[in-house]
Amino acid sequence: MTVTVTKPSKHAGPSSPVAAGFWSLLHAEWTKFRTVRGWLIGMIVAAILTVFLGVVTSNAQIGCGPTKTGKACLPKIPIGQGGEAVNDTFYFVHRTLAGNGTLTVRVTSLAEKAAVGSGGRSPVPGQGQPGPGLQPEVVPWAKAGIIIKEKDLPGSAYAAMLVTASHGVRMQYDYTGDLAGLPGEVSAAAPRWLRLVRAGQEITGYDSANGTHWTKVGEIKLAGLSSVVQVGLFATSPGYQQIERSFGGASVQGGPSEATAVLDHVTLTGQAGGQRWTGLDLGNGKPGTAAPNPAGPNLPEFDTFRQAGGTFTVTGSGDISPVTSGPGTGYPTATIESNLAGVFAGLIAIVVVATAFFTSEYRRGLLRTTLAANPRRGQVLAAKAAVAGLAAFVIGVIAVVVSIDLGDSKQRNEGLYVLPVSLLTEVRVIVGTAAVLALMAMLAVALGAILRRSAAAITGAVAVIVLPFLLAVIGVFPPGISEWLLRLTPAAGFAIEQSIPQYSQVSTTYSAAGGNYPLPPWAGFAVLCAWTGASLVLALILMRRRDA
Amino acid sequence: MSRVLLRPVPLRPVLLRPVLPSPVLRAEWTKLRTVTGPAWLLAAAVGLTVGISIAAEAATSCPARVTCPVDPVKLSLTGVQVGQAIVAILAVLVVGNEYSTGLIRLTLAAMPKRTQVLGAKAVIVTALVLAVAVVAVAGSVLAGHLILPGHGFTAARGFPVPSLAGGPSLRAAFGAVLYLGLIALMALGITAILRDNAAAIGTVLGVLYLTPIIAAFVSDPHWHDRIERYSPANAGQAILSTTGLKDLPISPWAGLGVLAIWTAVALLAGGLVLRLRDA
Repeated sequence: MTVTVTKPSKHAGPSSPVAAGFWSLLHAEWTKFRTVRGWLIGMIVAAILTVFLGVVTSNAQIGCGPTKTGKACLPKIPIGQGGEAVNDTFYFVHRTLAGNGTLTVRVTSLAEKAAVGSGGRSPVPGQGQPGPGLQPEVVPWAKAGIIIKEKDLPGSAYAAMLVTASHGVRMQYDYTGDLAGLPGEVSAAAPRWLRLVRAGQEITGYDSANGTHWTKVGEIKLAGLSSVVQVGLFATSPGYQQIERSFGGASVQGGPSEATAVLDHVTLTGQAGGQRWTGLDLGNGKPGTAAPNPAGPNLPEFDTFRQAGGTFTVTGSGDISPVTSGPGTGYPTATIESNLAGVFAGLIAIVVVATAFFTSEYRRGLLRTTLAANPRRGQVLAAKAAVAGLAAFVIGVIAVVVSIDLGDSKQRNEGLYVLPVSLLTEVRVIVGTAAVLALMAMLAVALGAILRRSAAAITGAVAVIVLPFLLAVIGVFPPGISEWLLRLTPAAGFAIEQSIPQYSQVSTTYSAAGGNYPLPPWAGFAVLCAWTGASLVLALILMRRRDA
Repeated sequence: MSRVLLRPVPLRPVLLRPVLPSPVLRAEWTKLRTVTGPAWLLAAAVGLTVGISIAAEAATSCPARVTCPVDPVKLSLTGVQVGQAIVAILAVLVVGNEYSTGLIRLTLAAMPKRTQVLGAKAVIVTALVLAVAVVAVAGSVLAGHLILPGHGFTAARGFPVPSLAGGPSLRAAFGAVLYLGLIALMALGITAILRDNAAAIGTVLGVLYLTPIIAAFVSDPHWHDRIERYSPANAGQAILSTTGLKDLPISPWAGLGVLAIWTAVALLAGGLVLRLRDA
């Protein structure tokens, strides 16, 4: 009997024979994968489908005005301190303040009116639509109060103490910051006192129910705040929305709204400039600032302020908030991941290839040879999962980069404003989506090992990955159930695609079809990891127990 | 061997002859009948269709004084979304398993008229799927009839109550049965073209589930309309609607017609591939 010592291949690691065995196994599996023509075609089809379906179907030419379309319609949206696109439209009754100072007011009333029935993408047929007249409505995030702002230009840094229609007193700053103060609605019987104290770059917000007993709401630092700032009173109100979900998604009915606030006991200490308060309709088409919101949720024609004695009545419309991707934001916006709808098509092709990559071993009886060559079943499973996952990842990165690149320029040419994100976020979307495809390919490999038949395994993979997503986005189930589907099933992993976070202080339709997932990106990704891990463990247990 | 065992054998073809006139049909029926897979799939089709429908009905309600843009009949047919995959898989396996096991060579040696083989498979699959679809759809609609009025979807508020008594509701139920039959036939044709279980199931599930997902994401109204009008799943499912028919991108029967055209194309191409290529 002769003993054959296998020479380690050039891929072999330097250390133990077990590692060497695994490297040659990886090499063997990679050879199997790349030499089956159908699988290569499947992976290429996956990439082509991803790009084609994602980019071609992504959007439409935007029209604005009688002759202008496409690129000419791109709105000039101010950019906030974090690089995000922001709304910064409100009625501002302001003065300058040099150096430190304190602004205090009492708010006795906040009332909103909305133009219900105008706008909205797909109104429910057969139901009488009221004309776009103004009627009293509750706009939950209508807001009014006091603000300290770097400049009287949209997008500049700010800190504000404000009352809202339904969310109590808040301290908000730099568009994304939001701290809660006193709860409850404001009224003449229950007024709210607000105070902002500026000390250098530090701004502290206080609120009070009686003007004597003050509570600190928050203390924030506006980095680089110049010595002379704008201070004053403001009111604004975002678009009013009524959201109805039905088959085929959600329909949003709504229109612009305005908020009117009554403020008195205005005291400004410090070095205030000017003799009197002046009104400014910030962001609503002031020369040299942002263009008026084309489809906007604003009613600039009503924005005004009145001063009678010490009492100010301020009416404003718009919002001071980050721009989100949901409907009703006013601008024709898109997110980078809106070009990734084709990922589902690519996913099905990848799942088919990954499943067949394992089940074909059973079908041809090849697994007996594979396991005779390397009896460590865990290593065989790991090698197969690694090869399928890596192939899916590479295909995924290429397809996603091309989709986002082509889709981005297509959207800009058509007049859609692509919401800017940081480089880190963009990398997370690209690498994360490719990693989701890789994890799903590994899940499919595990299902192939568990179920051993391609028909059952592919159906199983589609049933746990694609079907929950479909049931959630096409609105078969009420929102509650749809959200749980996207929390608990492997489809939760798609949350990694979301580039614009969900802000609780912005009302819009947060739905999966609109690109908003119930879980944060990495939490959703973790759910998918758990599914893939559990399936691989189950596959390993079954492989060890069963004869090949 | 005893005479008792031999006696029934010549009887069975005689009894079955009026039902299954051709030997090709009998052969295909025997193949399907004598393995357990199809029976399980058919049971799953009924169970999942009715089960998902009941889940959707139980989860949806319309509180008083709220306008609900919900079509109760379509809601009670929600299970079709899942049931369609099961009947499609049955159809895929009827053809695909012959290729994966190599049985197709034996089948074609016994029955050299290839289109007849595909035709027989189509007849058997259609008959089985239609029979199962009647049970599944009737169960779903009956559940809707019992559950939905209690959830605020009453006739008094102008909602069509799911029933099999007639009108648009019966049309939707009847259409759902035809829809399932057509989907199964299309899956059969696709498998005859691709001749591989994995590729065929991937393609069929893609056809069934991708276009609705893409349609949900597409913001371009032209593409949205095109998908709703010309994709087999979206157009075919127009038959399930009973309210807001004016706003459908395609009318119910025209939509089913689009699906029928896709099915015919798939079957013809499948027949052609079977004739032209070596098995």
